[in-house]
Amino acid sequence: MTTTTRIERHHYDVVVIGAGGAGLRAAIEARLAGKKTAIISKSLFGKAHTVMAEGGAAAAMGNVNSRDNWQVHFRDTMRGGKFLNNFRMAELHAKESPQRIWELETYGALFDRTKDGKISQRNFGGHEYPRLAHVGDRTGLELIRTLQQKIVSLQQEDQREFGSYDARIRVFSETTITELLLDGDRVAGAFGYYRESGEFILFEAPAVVLATGGVGRSYKVTSNSWEYTGDGHALALRAGATLINMEFLQFHPTGMVWPPSVKGILVTESVRGDGGVLKNSDGKRFMFDYVPDVFRKQYAETEEEADRWYTDPDNNRRPPELLPRDEVARAINSEVKAGRGSPAGGVFLDIASRRSADEIRRRLPSMYHQFKELADVDITAEPMEVGPTCHYVMGGVEVDPDSGAAFGHVRGLFAAGEVSGGMHGSNRLGGNSLSDLLVFGKRAGGHAASYADGLTARPKVAVDEVEAAVETALAPLQRDTGENPYTLQQDLQVVMGDLVGIIRREGELADALVRLAELRERVAKVSAAGGRRYNPGWHLALDLRNMLVVSECTAKAALERQESRGGHTREDYPAMEPKWRQVNLVCALDGDTVQLTRKPLPKMRPELIGLFDRAELAKYLTDEEIADFDALVADAGEADNR
Amino acid sequence: MSGKRQFRIWRGDESGGDLQDYMVEVNEGEVVLDVIHRLQATDAPDLACRWNCKAGKCGSCSMEINGKPRLGCMTRMSTFGDDETVTVTPLRTFPIIRDLVTDVSFNYEKARETPAFAPPADVAPGDYRMQQVDVERSQEFRKCIECFLCQTVCHVIRDHEENKQAFSGPRYFIRAAELDMHPLDARTDRKEYAQAEQGLGFCNITKCCTEVCPEHIKITDNGIIPMKERVVDRRYDPLVWLGSKIFRRGETPQTSVTTARQGSATPGSARGGVHSHAGGSHDSQAEAQAQSGVNWHREVPHPTAPAVDDRGKLPLTELTFDRAAAPSPFGDDVTFPLPPEHLNFAHPEQDNKH
Ligand SMILES: Cc1cc2nc3c(=O)[nH]c(=O)nc-3n(C[C@H](O)[C@H](O)[C@H](O)COP(=O)(O)OP(=O)(O)OC[C@H]3O[C@@H](n4cnc5c(N)ncnc54)[C@H](O)[C@@H]3O)c2cc1C
Ligand code: SF4
Ligand code: SF4
Ligand code: FES
Repeated sequence: MTTTTRIERHHYDVVVIGAGGAGLRAAIEARLAGKKTAIISKSLFGKAHTVMAEGGAAAAMGNVNSRDNWQVHFRDTMRGGKFLNNFRMAELHAKESPQRIWELETYGALFDRTKDGKISQRNFGGHEYPRLAHVGDRTGLELIRTLQQKIVSLQQEDQREFGSYDARIRVFSETTITELLLDGDRVAGAFGYYRESGEFILFEAPAVVLATGGVGRSYKVTSNSWEYTGDGHALALRAGATLINMEFLQFHPTGMVWPPSVKGILVTESVRGDGGVLKNSDGKRFMFDYVPDVFRKQYAETEEEADRWYTDPDNNRRPPELLPRDEVARAINSEVKAGRGSPAGGVFLDIASRRSADEIRRRLPSMYHQFKELADVDITAEPMEVGPTCHYVMGGVEVDPDSGAAFGHVRGLFAAGEVSGGMHGSNRLGGNSLSDLLVFGKRAGGHAASYADGLTARPKVAVDEVEAAVETALAPLQRDTGENPYTLQQDLQVVMGDLVGIIRREGELADALVRLAELRERVAKVSAAGGRRYNPGWHLALDLRNMLVVSECTAKAALERQESRGGHTREDYPAMEPKWRQVNLVCALDGDTVQLTRKPLPKMRPELIGLFDRAELAKYLTDEEIADFDALVADAGEADNR
Repeated sequence: MSGKRQFRIWRGDESGGDLQDYMVEVNEGEVVLDVIHRLQATDAPDLACRWNCKAGKCGSCSMEINGKPRLGCMTRMSTFGDDETVTVTPLRTFPIIRDLVTDVSFNYEKARETPAFAPPADVAPGDYRMQQVDVERSQEFRKCIECFLCQTVCHVIRDHEENKQAFSGPRYFIRAAELDMHPLDARTDRKEYAQAEQGLGFCNITKCCTEVCPEHIKITDNGIIPMKERVVDRRYDPLVWLGSKIFRRGETPQTSVTTARQGSATPGSARGGVHSHAGGSHDSQAEAQAQSGVNWHREVPHPTAPAVDDRGKLPLTELTFDRAAAPSPFGDDVTFPLPPEHLNFAHPEQDNKH
């Protein structure tokens, strides 16, 4: 059969899978390093998920409050992730974000400005100072368009030099990669299909950068699009790489809950950053009741203090609506459970009574637009109804912090953006993703290029692997006895939503694993009606196996971690456990079963841990670690005296 | 309001296809894209349709709904009558791939030809200083989600495949305008480029692009017209002159009146207004209509009947009229000879086709 299947072949030095912020930034870097680079994307160029990001990109530029610097940003990130972050990634991120943002201006980005003409920065949950560079509430669009246009400008250079736009960087849009091909333990290429024609395509390349984004489509209520089927996570696993922190999923506290068809669509956190407050059905601002001890010091205790903070942040503490997302999501969940929810099963987010209609329209234009057109609600006149929605996966490919190279037993594989893990620990702060994409996209692209340079021989793609990939891809079309992929996806969403949702319990997680195993059998036999040309049923059938293996990782890790931390809440283990902070759960694939191992977290360097108060650390660290810290401080004190 | 609703959806590929009927369940609060998703999950698993964000942010789900280019995810079912059939077809201007999916590569080619932002040579990253008022003008255009609805509706290419070579379309005019207005862009020839290479001169300001833009970008008023007005070689584009003239009178520029003729309005019926070959009908009703509706199929302007009173006479006497003679039958704003680009031949039988 395979001999009759036409496969288009391409040779590249670096293949970047994913055309969101991370992928585009990686591709730019690889191209700037002189490598022949391909960018692959499941949807059209410029439509990747990054386009939907609203709030902004966090970077400690200190334009609005000059007290901000990378150390403060680093501290906020670690706190937000409950100290489970890979400290080195958090450090690099905090240090390099400002440069990455400024660089965007040289590509043509137009951020909102401060009075003195600098990039304006806005407040966001978990960030001590106003830190998010933004453009109204469409920052992601600005980011992706800017990168897209930078790529065009590089192509124009190539056109002048070589007579072809595609000479050194080419975009393959509406192309899905289904398999990574290896030569021993080295990446040799990637195999996939054009969605438009259904034709197969093979990229031979020594270095592959994964930038495929997240996994949210395994949940019914999600802010994520159809693209988020965990392809990159699954490709990495199958190629021999490892995933970490897969138990941590971020449920964004404010998704739309009405009308039902838009349930899950995001209401940006900027609504709260700009003065919006959460109320229950009694009209009470309930967040004051939910400030956890670890955050008590930084958050206001009265409405008056909270309200003063918007205009005088130096002398007042912040409103509790701006707690990190996991806290707010849990609080909303509790209010609804206690019967104080809104008619559609959420709570009220009110900005209408707090800001003038003009100001709302100016600062939150796309939210105004979104509610007007989707829900027929005028947010300048009435409150919105909101509830938690699956938003972001903290877990992902375990990578070397400096280079983005995947761990495990594979070489030549790199990962950046949402598909990589570690940077955000157990919970991501809003705005930290967009800057993460730029910082680690650049690094991964650069290191992929130098890895390709360092090879003496190009790894070779094995013919039988390609044949196997073709066969797997065509299988759902050739079966007509299996189930409809849409039914399977719905069933998977039910399992994940009901049993591996915001609040988790041991029995339910065990049950989820049993059901996922059943689903695995059914997915193996899925069949898709129709032909190969732009057939969404077939595409979904192929994505399902990725969703499934990633869901298994999440369920397994969630069952294993017996504590609550960030994006993982166990009803049966409600407290945060310092011992568990020292552990990352690592998933690998053995045959086709998910194996889970525990791995100690790397130890923070002294000068970094020294940035924190002892009192704060005491809430997170074990007694031994605190003793270490004290010894360190004592040493430093002596050194000063000497 | 849930219940079954009648949908007609175009199914097929480049070799042909037709509208197929479906009865689909529709629930309260749903949009057209939801209904398409329901069809995929039930009767038509291989129905091809693009989408991503489902919130009007990515510009993927462009389609023509009851003949109007729209975003499927932003078209609420409640905007249709309960027993209205909803007809969904692919974008007309671009080649079909399958069902509702079209080949939009034309747009990406044009994007690639438009010269990129040129950073100022002597400003280091981090030192860019711009005022909010100055960036706002370009920011309006950067709201564009590249849904290509404006591209599909523009008559210059909608009905004239042959113009695609020379005409980039409204999306890329505003890209040029955006860079033109960028406070720090180092190139100074954006307008000239738009005129010489993008085919700005083809645009006769019908405003259809502005009508359909889901981001409510004022493509014509804030992008195209300012560029046309300031482009150096004015002789190049007769409309500049006309456009500015009409504008000064505080009116909508109208260079090709189109769908104003509907129903019983046949030539000769008393409808009022001064006819102009440039299309300015000066008929407020027709203008309002042209503004709210979309210029689907450009036709050559039709003569409008003179504004007669109920006796069938022109309502004027030399005593009350502000001029010494009868008004020009071609409209006051037209002088002769007409620029050659502006001559528009109407086949005498064009009316009989309808
Ligand atoms: C509604 C919303 C709002 C958000 N707001 C913010 C915010 O304000 N601030 C912030 O910092 N973060 C925000 N985020 C998070 C942030 O947008 C994402 O985490 C980030 O954009 C992910 O970028 P990425 O480059 O990793 O991947 P993406 O932008 O998601 O791109 C993934 C790419 O991979 C491609 N791909 C996937 N699988 C395959 C495959 N098998 N073959 C080929 N290509 C493939 C896709 O087509 C796509 O091009 C938001 C997220 C959402 C959903
Ligand atoms: S105004 Fe009319 S002719 Fe000009 S670009 Fe827009 S749609 Fe095309
Ligand atoms: S200008 Fe408006 S209509 Fe045209 S592509 Fe952009 S968003 Fe769509
Ligand atoms: S799906 Fe993104 S605009 Fe409709």
